Amino acid sequence: MFSVAQSDANMISQTCKQTPYYNLCVSCLSSDPRSFKADVRGLALIMVNIVKAKATMSLHFINQLIQRRPGLKKPLSYCADNYDAILTADIPEAVEALQKGDPKFAQDGANDAANEADLCEANFHGKSPLTKFNKVVHDTSATASAIVQQLL
Amino acid sequence: MADPNPFLPISQPLHPTYTSLPDGTHPSGSPATHSLPSKKLLLGIFFGFLLVFLFVALIGDHNGSQQNILSQEDENVASLASPKETAKPETLRPISRGVSAGVSEKASLISSGSESSTDQYPWNNSMLSWQRTAFHFQPEKNWMNDPNGPLYYKGWYHFFYQYNPHAAVWGDIVWGHAVSRDLIRWLHLPLAMVADQWYDQNGVWTGSATILPDGKIVMLYTGSTNESVQVQNLAYPADPSDPLLLDWIKYSGNPVLVPPHGIDTKDFRDPTTAWYTSEGKWRISIGSKVGKTGIALIYDTEDFINYKLQPQALHGVPGTGMWECVDFYPVSRNGEHGLDTSANGPEVKHVVKASLDDDRHDYYALGTYSELNSTWTPDNPDIDVGIGLRYDYGIFYASKTFYDQNKGRRVLWGWIGESDSEVADVKKGWASLQGIPRTVSLDTKTGSNLLQWPVEEVESLRLRSNEFDKVEVKPGSVVPLNLDAATQLDIIAEFELDKKVLENAAESNEEFNCKTSKGAAHRNALGPFGLLVLADDSLAEQTPVYFYVTKGRNGTLKTFFCTDQSRSSAANDVNKQTYGNFVPVLEGENFTLRILVDHSIIESFAQGGRTTITSRVYPTRAIYGRAKLFLFNNAIKANVTASLKIWQMNSAFIRPYPNTR
Repeated sequence: MFSVAQSDANMISQTCKQTPYYNLCVSCLSSDPRSFKADVRGLALIMVNIVKAKATMSLHFINQLIQRRPGLKKPLSYCADNYDAILTADIPEAVEALQKGDPKFAQDGANDAANEADLCEANFHGKSPLTKFNKVVHDTSATASAIVQQLL
Repeated sequence: MADPNPFLPISQPLHPTYTSLPDGTHPSGSPATHSLPSKKLLLGIFFGFLLVFLFVALIGDHNGSQQNILSQEDENVASLASPKETAKPETLRPISRGVSAGVSEKASLISSGSESSTDQYPWNNSMLSWQRTAFHFQPEKNWMNDPNGPLYYKGWYHFFYQYNPHAAVWGDIVWGHAVSRDLIRWLHLPLAMVADQWYDQNGVWTGSATILPDGKIVMLYTGSTNESVQVQNLAYPADPSDPLLLDWIKYSGNPVLVPPHGIDTKDFRDPTTAWYTSEGKWRISIGSKVGKTGIALIYDTEDFINYKLQPQALHGVPGTGMWECVDFYPVSRNGEHGLDTSANGPEVKHVVKASLDDDRHDYYALGTYSELNSTWTPDNPDIDVGIGLRYDYGIFYASKTFYDQNKGRRVLWGWIGESDSEVADVKKGWASLQGIPRTVSLDTKTGSNLLQWPVEEVESLRLRSNEFDKVEVKPGSVVPLNLDAATQLDIIAEFELDKKVLENAAESNEEFNCKTSKGAAHRNALGPFGLLVLADDSLAEQTPVYFYVTKGRNGTLKTFFCTDQSRSSAANDVNKQTYGNFVPVLEGENFTLRILVDHSIIESFAQGGRTTITSRVYPTRAIYGRAKLFLFNNAIKANVTASLKIWQMNSAFIRPYPNTR
């Protein structure tokens, strides 16, 4: 008889080994209790959900910043567009694709989400007030993409 | 011998069991006219379990003992396999992974070639609305992907497609529908099928049409059930006397096929058009995978309702992953004319094609079909399905052919996705195109590849033309071509390289690859040379479409055909890769190309369609009246002489069919 907890942690570890940010992957997945009973598809869904949460937080922060930093209105409003695309297009696409069984579209969504975060960051020419947010969205999206890759 | 016109329920009254049941149970009642295959289904699953393992073993043996059969190859004909593609079937292809290398075109836009980190491109309505095409099929708005069930019936070409009625991104997929007299001027019709049954509740996915000898149409398509299981369903026109085929009926006993044992419930989709065997059965193929081996399953049927899984897959190739949108069809060895899907005989070769989920490209291979055990053997296993030739070296996926009995040709449709960012797609409210339909035939000169060429009807869009005869383009120079406009063009061009320079050019062991090269800036004594499409006056934006010639050992010339997107746009959120591949240029041939330019799509054909590249570009300056066309020659030594004929192209006025509900 094998320890269920051990083999599930193993599954998370094996899955995360094939992603670019191992520690982030493990800590994100471990923070969600559903991950201990999930298959790879389940883990992908969990990660996509994390991207959604991070992106929501980022958009919230952007909207607040727009009020407080009128000088950065232009790049911030582009960023709002980027995050809007993530939340209204990429995430729903990824969730639906994973649930309905055509994972390549989930990868499209995850890849685009990472790109949108990069595009937002690029707007500030190195003086970004959003670096931490953009990095976490980029990295979790890249992680989600790499998990989906394992389903293809 | 089975009746080639199997009994099919024609029109049935709509019936309460058509609504999906909330608890997902299957409607058990069905009209008395056809039997429920439940017992057969169980037996079938049991035997299927055994047979799946049997044919996987057989595939293994098959590959192991495979002879390297080369079809008629002329000494003068250079091998089609570029260095990258001679990998053995057993080794895993070097498939790019994740965001950094990018499987989908949307991956890693920032790091793929744009050097300066500029402001996010402020896409405005003028730039975005320019991107819509004038003569390529696209719905009025929202998202489209795979072509479905193309067919010709009662004077109309029909086109169905995967469509999202709600957003400019994949999701909520249903079947769109359009008709045309000529494959070019399309009229939109109401949706053909929506997700209204438990067995397609999570997606009315890709399928194909079979036209029976008596004219009846059978449509087989994949449904994603309410539990996300992939199943195959049967549908047919509600009213065969309606040439517009507006309404479709889903067979009350659906699904007709469920994943066999040993096949994952999410690896079973995209049924092909059926072909008729000499034993009087209809045969279809459905793509799948076992482990990392992509395969094409075979089913036999007499009535399109009951199916028997064949013990051997049509074919499989290790390491290629899931085979989507499998296509299987005959081509004539002798000529350009197309063949009905059921054609067979010594004059015929068969093509197996698969869309690889892993890398989003469409691959095909030529080979020989053995009807007896329903298997297919590639002519050249080194360039087997998934590891050899592609239909197109740019964006071109989920493609599907059909036999056009109206004009006796085989026609290829391909889905052309976007390569910009989602934020732009959301702004413009649409995403994706279909390529211009192409005829497909065997290249009788090389014998080892297909030729693709835009259907002749596209020429009916040609308006006024400009001719340029023997224009000399010196090394390192650019020649503007004086045209009224340059966003809707049909270009035919022929290039001749300076013979002396060609003869005296030094041999090099350069291993060239369009994708890893420096694009049009990558020069040698002989090239690159070609056209700068959608370029602005200052050449800040340009999309070179060109030939690059290398001279290898023994003086053998090798020609590549590429499209360089690195400077296609000032925007930083679009794909900037260089696409392309080797193209055979035979003794005595000049370098010839054809390019269709239609706003944000450029389709290029080299050497009569031996190698093709479809590209999506999103210029910000080289749009409307500011878009120009140039000849260029970036060779270090050789002069190039170019002759061209360029037509302005009319719009196809694709719009809704008048007065349909």
